[in-house]
Amino acid sequence: MIEIRFHGRGGQGTVVASKILADAIAKEGNYVQAYPEFGVERRGAPVVAFLRVDNKPIYDKSRIYTPDHVVVVEPTLVEAIDVTDGLKPGGTILINTDKKTTDFPQYKAFRVVTVDATGIAVKNKLGTLAAPIVNTAITGAVVKIFELAKLPSLQDSIRETIGIKTEDNVKAAAEAFEQVVFGKAGGK
Amino acid sequence: MKKVIMGNHALSYGAQLGRAQVVAAYPITPQTQVVELLSEMCADKSLDAKFIKVESEHSAMAACLGASLAGARTFTATSSHGLALMHELLHWAAIGRLPVVMGNINRAMAPGWSIWSDQNDSLSQRDTGWMQYYCASNQEVLDTTIQAFKVSEALSVPGMIMLDAFTLSHTYEVVDIPEQEKVDAFLPPFRPKLRLSSEDPRAFGGLTSPEHYFELRYKQQKDIEKAPALVAETGKEYEKLFGRRLELIEGYKNEDAELLFITAGTTGYTARVAVDALREEGVKAGNLRFRLFRPFPFAELRRLVGRSGRRVAVVDRNLSSGCNGIFFQEVKSALYGHVDGMPIFGYVSGLGGRDIALEHFREIAADALKRQPPAEEIVWIGVRK
Amino acid sequence: MSKKKTLEKIVLATERDFPIMPMSLGTMHHNRTGAWRNIRPVIDKEKCIQCGICWKFCPDVAIYVENEYPVVDYVYCKGCGICAEECPVKCIAMVEEEK
Repeated sequence: MIEIRFHGRGGQGTVVASKILADAIAKEGNYVQAYPEFGVERRGAPVVAFLRVDNKPIYDKSRIYTPDHVVVVEPTLVEAIDVTDGLKPGGTILINTDKKTTDFPQYKAFRVVTVDATGIAVKNKLGTLAAPIVNTAITGAVVKIFELAKLPSLQDSIRETIGIKTEDNVKAAAEAFEQVVFGKAGGK
Repeated sequence: MKKVIMGNHALSYGAQLGRAQVVAAYPITPQTQVVELLSEMCADKSLDAKFIKVESEHSAMAACLGASLAGARTFTATSSHGLALMHELLHWAAIGRLPVVMGNINRAMAPGWSIWSDQNDSLSQRDTGWMQYYCASNQEVLDTTIQAFKVSEALSVPGMIMLDAFTLSHTYEVVDIPEQEKVDAFLPPFRPKLRLSSEDPRAFGGLTSPEHYFELRYKQQKDIEKAPALVAETGKEYEKLFGRRLELIEGYKNEDAELLFITAGTTGYTARVAVDALREEGVKAGNLRFRLFRPFPFAELRRLVGRSGRRVAVVDRNLSSGCNGIFFQEVKSALYGHVDGMPIFGYVSGLGGRDIALEHFREIAADALKRQPPAEEIVWIGVRK
Repeated sequence: MSKKKTLEKIVLATERDFPIMPMSLGTMHHNRTGAWRNIRPVIDKEKCIQCGICWKFCPDVAIYVENEYPVVDYVYCKGCGICAEECPVKCIAMVEEEK
């Protein structure tokens, strides 16, 4: 079983991203459980979403405390909170940033992977310049690095979920799939 | 068709496939999406039902009663304080013998204002005469909704389907949504023998003297007592059609278990993970998960608990203040005189949405294996003392 | 000509004779609640302003409108007097029934 935690801000579509991923994973016959942080969401406040993936039915209904991987949808959260809380040693942190993987020495116990989802979203005119919608781009990077689903399955899920600028979102996911940059373990 | 949906939508799809004819509901967190989707289905005609907007849960249930009495298949959903507001009419539905089916998202009672899960809302309605099903997965929510219409209508007993707040209501899982024709083959249209009709006008629920009331309650009890057998029978029929079992109580590695957890709701699924972990650590654990709690499945519980010489740990996500966990009390009373000298302990955990995780089951197991019976006091799990 | 119908007495000896629901055993067509009445509303058409308030307020739906004026259905009117109370021009009098 793989357990992933997503960090974003309310209104960015972090929960929708976990739902799109769940759809894509289920399309390929795997079992999946996706849930938001239980509570009241507020725009701009840090939000958390969770994803469990397995090749057999998932019975664990408790919270995820020690995720295998963490996805940071909102780069400013790197400074604001400890995104590595409970993260298993050697786990992966996928960060939406235009910085290099080596720019995160604080995560030396983990593998850092980066994707400029914001840049991809802006380029594809998703959301506004001030508030680009990065969630579909992020999903492209997630399926690639964690090998959760093939790109066409993800793109089908995006088409089924996103009603506005659908093909731009599909394109953003494909670009992130291609552009994600793998760092090495130990923050190098 | 397999689809990733949230628990709340599993209720909506269940009502849609069950061809509910009247939906009257009032929104409340964490139930809102159930009603949102049903209202959309009514609007786009994918569900041929009358959607009645109401000003409170009390009115929602009142509208359901009228519709059900007129012969319509009726569905509603609520949670917590909404369910409490319906209380008076829950009795009316049950003694009035109206097979309304309702989803209830298990949410703690305020104050402190909580939107998170525990079972005190539905267990406060335990004695109203509604059937109570507790679900552990989104698939089970959908399947149970369809089954509940069938059982309730056959017995003229209303049915309540429980989902844990967020842990099920807002959690996305893969759900196999059955084909309409197959559901139609399982669930025939609702055709009550007695109903409100202008051709043969009758008065329902009028003044009933002591000379008559007692017999009505006797008949109500006799009919609800038929429910466990009917749930088992329709559960098997459902399995033949859809390949999924719908049991009264789900047993997991219970046969050779030396330590038996008794659970309900999603806790009963996490318990399976705990059973596997404990067995790896050398503890022969097992789990029984109540799916049907009202009427109480006495015979099935006794059959599954079976022999003496094992220890039972009842995990309650609820509390009867001044007494103990409610499942604990009922399990003890059901086994009294049937299984000799079995140590049964009660654990209260997870109130107000506090998580019940693997470590808590480990703590319960460690306690239950060494505790001396008889134990009447509550064993608190996860409270900061 | 008296059309008084004698209803067969229904005996409920054991629970098996009961319907499952608390309900009237006979049809409500025979339940002429107007027989309960002690005082009857009488509407003075001269004073009536055809506002419809009596029709709206009658809890037994025993007032209907005919030729734009309210008419009391004495088969069902129980004589509660709500119509007389609510009438803004007080054109409804409550008159003793003659026994």
